[in-house]
Amino acid sequence: MTERARNTLFFIAGPVLFFLYGYAALNLPPWGSYRGPYGDAIARLVVYQRHATDIVNAINYDYRGFDTLGEEFILFTAVLGVSMLLRKEESALTKPAGKLSDEVALSGAVRAVNLPALLITTIFGLYIGLHGQLTPGGGFQAGVILATGIVLIYICENTSAFWRITSHSIVEVTEALGAGAYAIIGIIPLFAGLPFLCNFIPLGTTGDVFSSGTIALISASVGVEVTASFLLVVYIYLQEIIAGALSEED
Amino acid sequence: MPGILHSLPYFVAGWLLLCGLYGLVTSKHLVHAVVCLAILQSSTYMLLLAIGYRVGGAAPIFADISTSKLVVDPVVQALMLTDIVVEAVVVALLLAMVVKAHEKSGSVSPNDLRTLRG
Repeated sequence: MTERARNTLFFIAGPVLFFLYGYAALNLPPWGSYRGPYGDAIARLVVYQRHATDIVNAINYDYRGFDTLGEEFILFTAVLGVSMLLRKEESALTKPAGKLSDEVALSGAVRAVNLPALLITTIFGLYIGLHGQLTPGGGFQAGVILATGIVLIYICENTSAFWRITSHSIVEVTEALGAGAYAIIGIIPLFAGLPFLCNFIPLGTTGDVFSSGTIALISASVGVEVTASFLLVVYIYLQEIIAGALSEED
Repeated sequence: MPGILHSLPYFVAGWLLLCGLYGLVTSKHLVHAVVCLAILQSSTYMLLLAIGYRVGGAAPIFADISTSKLVVDPVVQALMLTDIVVEAVVVALLLAMVVKAHEKSGSVSPNDLRTLRG
């Protein structure tokens, strides 16, 4: 299809979509008048059934845990896809390490801030991850924050410093362990004759860090998986950039 | 029929959808197309949150409020969390494909990607 035909088609279809959508939207219940019943029913039940106070996480890691397992494997497969698409031939990977150094002279101030920033980000990430069952947070958010902390090293130092602490194989294994731990937590109850992903661990006191049974455990495994996934993506893209820079030099 | 103000968030979602579609259709650069897809997908966040919203509803976190308080719908919020994660990895995967497409064809224009080449 030529560009012109494509545009013409869109300028006919776009307004049609807009009017149909507008008609539908005007006939939806008015905004802000949510009527339930599922949201209200689950909000009443979670605190008593699971001893968790963050309803969103309780839904994600328990009531809808099977879906989230699928979601985690989407993440896993997509990162796998990125690493397969951008994989390098052996020769490209074994380029002299000395050439990789993009030793830009950074100001001392930036490097001085790096360590405290890394410390604060890591503690914040752990806090968000461990309190997912109580307050907003959980594995996905914590994973992104923790990965950001490590990427700070790349920003404040250089690529070789980032590569030193994120060995490709360690990150890969960690990612697989995170994804596998979720599935294993789901499988354990099967041996006791309980359903898949059943919340089999004692629930503890509501409001306690060690409460809500498997919700906290699954949240932690997701945190490990997301941290490793994001680091792996950053790692692969950095490799790509450096390979590009090397081929320009040649 | 309720006034248009009562459906404004739904229209914002529709507007984001159309913006994303327009960008995808007229895109001249593959990275631009990927960003347009992200915008298109963000319309679903708007729609999901708008559907679950309740005027005066508290956030569905019972850490410091009584369990008898009315809250906004936590089910759609959980769905939206899934949505965000999927969008993030889809963008990462598509950008990797853009890098490969540029390597293979030497161009980043969607118009140059007419045939599938191994």
